[in-house]
Amino acid sequence: MHSHTAKRAPRDHLEKHRHPGLAPAERPMVALVGNPNVGKSLVFNFLSGMYVDVSNYPGTTIEFTQGRYKEFDVFDTPGVYGIGSYNDEENVTREIVLEADTVLNVVDAVHLERDLFLTMQLIDMGKKVSVLLNFMDEVETLGLRIDVELLVETLGVPVFTTTATKRRGFDRLDEAIEQARRGRQDGALHHKLHAMLAAVGSEAEALLVLEGNDAIAARHGVAAGSEREALSIARRNRVNRVIDEVLIENEGRTRFSTTLGHWAINPWTGVPMVVAALYLVYLFVGRLVAQDLVKFTEVKLGQELWEPWVRGLIAPYVAPSSWLGTILVGEFGIATMTVTYLLFLLLPLVVAFYAALALMEDSGYLPRLATLVDRALNAVGLNGSAVIPLILGFGCVTMATITTRMLGSEREKRIATAILQFAVPCSAQLAVVAALLSGAGFAAMMIYSVTIFATFVVLGTVLERFLSGETTPLLIDLPPMRMPRLDNVIRKTAYRSYYFMKEASSWFFLGALGVGVMQITGLLEVWQNLLAPITTGWLQLPRETARAFVMGMVRRDFGAAGLYQLPLTSSQIVVALVTITLFTPCIASVMVMLKERGLKEAAIVWTGTWIVAFLVAGLLSQLLI
Amino acid sequence: MIREFPMIVIDKNRPAALPLDTAAKGSRLLVVAIPPGRSRTQLIRLGILEGEAIRVIERLPGGTVVIEKNRREIAIGAALAKNLLVAARDPAHSDSSHA
Repeated sequence: MHSHTAKRAPRDHLEKHRHPGLAPAERPMVALVGNPNVGKSLVFNFLSGMYVDVSNYPGTTIEFTQGRYKEFDVFDTPGVYGIGSYNDEENVTREIVLEADTVLNVVDAVHLERDLFLTMQLIDMGKKVSVLLNFMDEVETLGLRIDVELLVETLGVPVFTTTATKRRGFDRLDEAIEQARRGRQDGALHHKLHAMLAAVGSEAEALLVLEGNDAIAARHGVAAGSEREALSIARRNRVNRVIDEVLIENEGRTRFSTTLGHWAINPWTGVPMVVAALYLVYLFVGRLVAQDLVKFTEVKLGQELWEPWVRGLIAPYVAPSSWLGTILVGEFGIATMTVTYLLFLLLPLVVAFYAALALMEDSGYLPRLATLVDRALNAVGLNGSAVIPLILGFGCVTMATITTRMLGSEREKRIATAILQFAVPCSAQLAVVAALLSGAGFAAMMIYSVTIFATFVVLGTVLERFLSGETTPLLIDLPPMRMPRLDNVIRKTAYRSYYFMKEASSWFFLGALGVGVMQITGLLEVWQNLLAPITTGWLQLPRETARAFVMGMVRRDFGAAGLYQLPLTSSQIVVALVTITLFTPCIASVMVMLKERGLKEAAIVWTGTWIVAFLVAGLLSQLLI
Repeated sequence: MIREFPMIVIDKNRPAALPLDTAAKGSRLLVVAIPPGRSRTQLIRLGILEGEAIRVIERLPGGTVVIEKNRREIAIGAALAKNLLVAARDPAHSDSSHA
């Protein structure tokens, strides 16, 4: 057998994807590669000792994560069904695979027939591969038998059996890295690869060029091949033959989880399940945490314990009425209001929301929800997959805007981003909204919800009609329903809440500082007078509401918080909340939108939010007040 | 034992091909043709190509279809299901293709 020393391509094109703060890699590179949702991240967590977000739904890892294990640099990659340029996830994974010295291919043993397609492609690429055959516990439960020895022989690479959730088989990961080797390539492919090899330098890239990958062909200035389909079909048939030999199916029992999964996508049972799930989330986040717990933390801990204490601490040195006093402990004080808000209002809510979301993700429910709402989302130019960014948006619009990357086309990314920035309130904002609305009564809550939902539908329909391009049809693999693992739910909730708070805090302090300064310098007064015709005339709200708008530009929830101190009637509360919900997104999400969608589109959306917010809220005000 | 798989089965004695979105829930089918376009590569990777056996496990109002193939469930949007042609599987044939 020949061995080719691939010319090392510069790592430059990897650099732009690399997480900031990590040293450039010069050590042997081990890449964890596999289909979505097969346990790559669990292996990575074990090897690197770092936590990577693990979910039971595809698209969790959009960027890759790099860690260290012994003398190796280990890379966790987004889950893909093949190496190519189908979507952003694939682009990221492709570049890492091209660079990697060793590939640990994590394979779902229960769905061998799907996963081996990627395995075969990695082998055809001439990479050094070890296969980790994961979910071995489920294989037994389902009455399947896999002839591992025969699999090793057929593929020509070592195969290790694991159960990642129980860390079974992880003691042999060292061997897996060490013994990885080139497998048995498709015989017919071999000489075609050689012809291309001279032009592009590495077997892996030669294969991708043959498969018609334009990005790689362009990188080497050669014409992309036209055989993608023939090669894919040939590979698929090879996989089918291998499966026929190594997999023995016995009569397994139908698991309850499978039945439950079917209920989730049947309209008759699925719709009640959505309603029940939403109601449970409402009970937990909206009632238990937003009302009962927050009432205690915010009033007792924040306003009665923390704020007097910090005022007392500062009083001997700074007069509360001085400019410094105003900034520190005044109305928008960075040591008083800001701290209370962050720790005693926002934190409990964010934790509760992320915990609810983690449960939904890890159970495998989200992709089924995506299937159920697919057709409805078609009406606004999206497909079912968009339900994931939209739901995440109710957690944090900034985070959700990043995940719009997983959508199939530019048109869908554009529509989803606009909807998120316009009409989806984030958890922090929802918290404040819920608190204010619970004081305004049931009717107020209904009017608010209907108005926001109507805006969502109208906006989506208009975008669907007028944006060019095509909406890609839904095509997703539904992961099995699983009982969420408590340790993973806790870890994920803690991890996400931490990053959210870390990100939110600085903007909160900055916003409070900004408003404090505006208050001292009299700018706040100027701004209020400037907006007065709109605020008092058109929206029929007190002049001071304009303050909340300034605060809302920094963070949406901060804006809603600014309404707290104002004396408002029930109708005014609804109008003010509608304004602040539809109003300009927070600074952080504007930044992300700039990065993802470019200046022009971001500017249009940003300006649009001003217009839509004042228009819709104004109309509502004319109707109500 | 290595078996040969039928690649494309077009036979006058077979029932005519129909779009997937019109297939009844629970029906066992053979894929006759998959549409061109962006989804085609992904369908091939997922093992949904000419000659493969599938089963419809759910048909949602509006045309989204969920199929089962080798213990895997795959959701297919209406626009794609409309252009994916299938034919009924012979009862005798139903469980022989390795699906």
